[in-house]
Amino acid sequence: MAQFFEQYGALLAEGTWETLYMVAMTTLLSYVLGLPMGVALTVTKPGAIAAAPRFNWVFGWVVNILRSLPFLILMLFLTPFTRALVGSSIGETAALVPLAISAAPFVARMVEQSLEEVDGGVIEAAVCMGATRWQVITRVLLVESVPSLLRGLSICIITILGYTAITGSVGAGGLGNIAYRFGFQRYQKEVMYVVVVMIIIFVCVIQTAFDIAARRADKRSR
Amino acid sequence: MIEIRELTKVFGAGAACVTALDHVSLTVRTGDIYGIIGMSGAGKSTLLRCLSMLETPTSGQVLLDGQDLAAMSGEQLRRERRKMGVVFQGYNLLMQKTVAENVAFPLKLDKGMKKGDVDARVRELLELVGLADRAGAYPAQLSGGQKQRVAIARALATNPQTLLCDEPTSALDPLTTKSMLRLLREINEKLGVTILIITHELTVVSAICSHVAVIGEGRVAEQGAVADVFGHPQSAVTAQLLERGV
Repeated sequence: MAQFFEQYGALLAEGTWETLYMVAMTTLLSYVLGLPMGVALTVTKPGAIAAAPRFNWVFGWVVNILRSLPFLILMLFLTPFTRALVGSSIGETAALVPLAISAAPFVARMVEQSLEEVDGGVIEAAVCMGATRWQVITRVLLVESVPSLLRGLSICIITILGYTAITGSVGAGGLGNIAYRFGFQRYQKEVMYVVVVMIIIFVCVIQTAFDIAARRADKRSR
Repeated sequence: MIEIRELTKVFGAGAACVTALDHVSLTVRTGDIYGIIGMSGAGKSTLLRCLSMLETPTSGQVLLDGQDLAAMSGEQLRRERRKMGVVFQGYNLLMQKTVAENVAFPLKLDKGMKKGDVDARVRELLELVGLADRAGAYPAQLSGGQKQRVAIARALATNPQTLLCDEPTSALDPLTTKSMLRLLREINEKLGVTILIITHELTVVSAICSHVAVIGEGRVAEQGAVADVFGHPQSAVTAQLLERGV
């Protein structure tokens, strides 16, 4: 055991750091893209505060199409774009481009689902008080849905963690890369097992932390 | 003064259309407590939604001190809306905000108001509705009657001249109903706010309204002083309501 960690400890620490970096940055970037997309999907629905049914229909399809592309295909497809944007198409930072673009439409749907839960009556009350559309979005929709948005965030982070394992298999670093290199290419299965256990622990910690955060944030249940 | 002129609301189009309001005309004088009563499906809720412009009337006018709300949009409508408070049947409070934050909500929409002024106004309003000690509570921690009081405080925050109340007591027990009606009367007398109450309960109308309009099938069956309308009903709809005696 001690010998194992002496041999692979530094490697696993580095992989952990790379994975955390990719997950954190991807989550951030995908929410920068996906949150406004989710808001747009919600508020442009027929009957909503900024109803634009035709735009909503088209945009909904764009999101669906982006979501249906397998991640690996999207990543390869985006290679020239990635190279133009970050100067390289390999490594953790380069992986952020396809990761964020792939996760954004998923985030958009998660955000949409959370915002849909907001009681229509509260939105109408705000409109009656003279709130602008922007004020309804920022002070009602995004505030009333905080507990649900947090739950969605945990699902997104865990999904993104899964995606980073795929980028690991094609050159970006991280735990996925280590598991692939040692477990698959060199038949050193114990390294792979340790990595899998580490990822399981990450998922559990993230899920539990966000469950607690969402429960604390929700003022309906007290 | 609120004047409703020939207000008509048609949902849908063609053969499948439903006329929810059919040339409704009413005048609510400043300072009145005006009741609009009718059975379910009579068009009361649609009327309230048209008065608050949550639904755009198909035709007709809603004049608030001579200004037609139905012809307004954008910034002008938002400004006029602040002169009219709405109390909803389901309270419609922000569940993730405290009582004080809920009451402050309409005040903070207007960027011109200083934080100290907002806080002072919130305290004043919560004292008016008797909830000063619950400022930090969340709506989920309150009873139905308390939530309704928060909703009333919130509706009054911007000093509106008119308060529209949609079934303000239908979810409350008789005792809470009484204290709610007492509060509405107090607001009417102290602040001079015109109150329009939409209800299906005769007791609410006879308890606090000076005038009443009886609505049936999207039309005004009759209107006038409560004593006259209930004392000498002229329409079948009124007779039916009185007979049912709720």
